[in-house]
Amino acid sequence: MSEINAAVAAAALGSEERFRELLRSVVEVARSIFAAKASSILLLDEEANELVFEAVVGEGEEGLLGQRFPAGTGGAGWVLATRTPLVIEDVARDPRFAKDVAEGTGYVPQGLMAVPLLHDERALGVLEVLDRQSHFTLQEMELLGLFASQAAIALDLLQRARDAEAALAGDGRFGAVARLTVAFSKLDEEAQPEAERLLEALATVLKS
Amino acid sequence: MTELPAWSLPADAVGRIALATDWPAEVTREWAWGDSTGKGVRVCIIDSGVDGSHRLVGGIESAVAVSKDEDGAAFVAEDLDGDVCGHGTACAGIVRSLAPEAEIHSVRVLGPGFTGGGNILLFGLRYAIEQGFDVVNLSLSTTKKDYASVLHELADSAYFQRTVLVASAHNMPVESYPWRFSSVISVGSHEEDDPIALYYNPNPPVEAVAKGVDVEVAWLGGETLSASGNSFATPHVTGICALIRSKHPELTPFQLKSVLHLTSSNVGGTR
Repeated sequence: MSEINAAVAAAALGSEERFRELLRSVVEVARSIFAAKASSILLLDEEANELVFEAVVGEGEEGLLGQRFPAGTGGAGWVLATRTPLVIEDVARDPRFAKDVAEGTGYVPQGLMAVPLLHDERALGVLEVLDRQSHFTLQEMELLGLFASQAAIALDLLQRARDAEAALAGDGRFGAVARLTVAFSKLDEEAQPEAERLLEALATVLKS
Repeated sequence: MTELPAWSLPADAVGRIALATDWPAEVTREWAWGDSTGKGVRVCIIDSGVDGSHRLVGGIESAVAVSKDEDGAAFVAEDLDGDVCGHGTACAGIVRSLAPEAEIHSVRVLGPGFTGGGNILLFGLRYAIEQGFDVVNLSLSTTKKDYASVLHELADSAYFQRTVLVASAHNMPVESYPWRFSSVISVGSHEEDDPIALYYNPNPPVEAVAKGVDVEVAWLGGETLSASGNSFATPHVTGICALIRSKHPELTPFQLKSVLHLTSSNVGGTR
């Protein structure tokens, strides 16, 4: 593997970790502010049409991270599809929700507060706060909206970091750039000035 | 050459637009919807489908679903899946609690698995307007700016043909449609327990504020649960509109909005 490739890969992996920390910090603060038993961020995997637990704190923390479920089910699915928050108490009474829980971790929350993570016109995922201690108020909804904006930015950055990784693996949106980088790094010294001029010319054309 | 309709009013034609309503000196709730049950009014719920067998819904008149064919073209067919989420049933139950004799019709714009999206909401709304429903409940919105102009045209056509659109405002500081249009009645939430406590907001785009916190709603499997959000405030206004339209079917959406204003809890119309 070339030095450039390795350097870019290291940078990309590093940033993914940082963004994961940011996501985790958002759910930690959300859980604390709402005095909730658990909070999580789910990312939409568009290709698989699945929601993936990207950050989880509180009840179910160990088992849930990385778990996936179809994006078209349950309260979180509704929130994602309609891009609208949903606040439900006695959520265990929802037969579909109860079934999903039974097949998942076994933790049965009573109260669910879920809000879409919107970036521009895209819905990137869902932020959930489970089993709040407080009684729901409209002020909480506003607060949750603020957390959602922060989480949406973090999720967007995480996705970009993954795009960069995918590029290095040769597929994804920036695959061509990654391949060009690798090819450039493999050139012998004599050929490099020519290649550099070519890349500069390409950069000029792309800028115009 | 197409002949344009006459939009002006010659002096001898004033009688053509005579108004049927005999307005009282003071518009009260008693005048507006006292003794009304919503009978004869056709309410449409554009949502996730409606479980008509739920005891709080008490039967629906019709149910269709909007889907896409293999070429991606939207079409309407009889709904065989019912409610795919619970949300539509919740809205229908709230309307029923206020307007027990109104007809409820369901137009489902989310498929099982919540697939669809795209222009399915537009298609469903257009269908509802073509059906000439009296009141349409839209506890949904879209954030797609591309759809805004078409939605705007649809909302205006509804307004002109006396189909009242009642639309949820977004709960977050997000630009979405159609609730932002002045031809619809846009709804936000208050925290009071009274299902007919209705406030007029003099600072639009949200015009009406209704009960939207801790609403006991019908859900899937015959269950009920407590839900919050503008989604559940909206059907309260839809239900009240159904009551008013039942008692005063001649009212235009403009007049209906005036009646809502005059009977709002903060305008002195609680009598």
